[in-house]
Amino acid sequence: MKLLLPILILFVFSEIAPRAGAQDHSNQPAKRDTAYDEIAQAPAKARAKRNPLESDPEAIAAGRALFEQHCQECHGRSAEGARRGPSLRAQEVQTAEPGAIFWILSNGVVRRGMPDWSKLPEPQRWELVCFIKSLGKKPG
Amino acid sequence: MPLPKTFLIVVTVVGCAAFSAPASRAQESPYFVTYDHYLEEPGNLEIEYSSTFGTQRGGNDFHAYWAEFAYGVKAWWTTEFYLDGQTTFGDSTIFTGIRWENRVRPLKREHFINPVLYVEYENIKGTEKILKEVEGHDIEGDFAPSNGTLRKEHKHEIETKLILSGTFKGWNISQNTIAAKNLSNEPWEFGYAIGVSRPLALKARAKRCSLCPQNFTAGVEMYGGLGDRHSFGLHNTSHYLAPVLVWNLPSDWALRISPGFGLNDNSHRFLLRWGVSREISGFGPMIGKLFGRRP
Repeated sequence: MKLLLPILILFVFSEIAPRAGAQDHSNQPAKRDTAYDEIAQAPAKARAKRNPLESDPEAIAAGRALFEQHCQECHGRSAEGARRGPSLRAQEVQTAEPGAIFWILSNGVVRRGMPDWSKLPEPQRWELVCFIKSLGKKPG
Repeated sequence: MPLPKTFLIVVTVVGCAAFSAPASRAQESPYFVTYDHYLEEPGNLEIEYSSTFGTQRGGNDFHAYWAEFAYGVKAWWTTEFYLDGQTTFGDSTIFTGIRWENRVRPLKREHFINPVLYVEYENIKGTEKILKEVEGHDIEGDFAPSNGTLRKEHKHEIETKLILSGTFKGWNISQNTIAAKNLSNEPWEFGYAIGVSRPLALKARAKRCSLCPQNFTAGVEMYGGLGDRHSFGLHNTSHYLAPVLVWNLPSDWALRISPGFGLNDNSHRFLLRWGVSREISGFGPMIGKLFGRRP
């Protein structure tokens, strides 16, 4: 099984080699900003997009279900941030236009480890946006 | 090609992990042959078992199967390892070889058409029947001889694909162009695969449900050979049309099924494929910890 050895070496290397530019969101707040830089990259046209599900009463609940399925693994159970993904409760996210968040979901931040979620149909991505934006609202 | 014991242990441990590790529910593609531009999420391992039942004129029907281990090394790079085997009815069961494939997404952002580069190394026998792709002048008659005869042929092959894929209003359209080279001085062979699919519902529901339409994606794929460098074209090639369906279960499993139909006399008349998969999230970091990587 000559092929097995290179595969195992490659796999182990990719996992234990230090990652250039890797973020530690819990201990190094000074580096925290860079995780949100991509939001600023969203083009004006994407920012201007209106959320078609803004007034849908079920959108937040559906977005929460989607978040639990696809996002909480990296961003934490309450979206507070974890080792692999930044907090979605941060001001940078909560003050961003819905269109900018939708753009991030659609394109990912591939070089920083976030896959694009364009595999989710557009309405589901908007449901996620509804849920993410709801995290910044005060209860009641 | 006997499998070393250590390798069997690794496969068993990873298989057990699929049942015990935390899983994530990705949206699995319904295609068996066509690739779209979506890669594994970084750090996730997908374990999949798939089968192909095929009818055979001038020989015995067969059931070929493969185990697939797909790992997201980076968000832009997925690597996969395959173990293939087959049973030819009235003949024998045989391990047919291994494959190692890599898919790389060169562009940073989502575009209308998204290219993915694919490179695969295959170390397989002539008994290989999984029909994971069709290329060159692959035809039904190639499978007719007995396993005893076919197993004498060994192939070391490099296979490349240009995957072009895009999703618009929920519809995914993917096209793969295949170029494969047997390293034992044979000409380049070509093939194609095209797939179209769409989830049955675009909006999600607030409650978990198994039979919700958004958990199903249906479509159709078509694939076939395009000859080789010396005789490019449709002459003496086989082609298939296959409806596809995937069911992404809330219990973290995905089931896929696809009946395929041969489109000309060189093709198997009928292929039935099915597969079951599970994605283990955080598999890479879990292994990294074992090797002492700082969490």
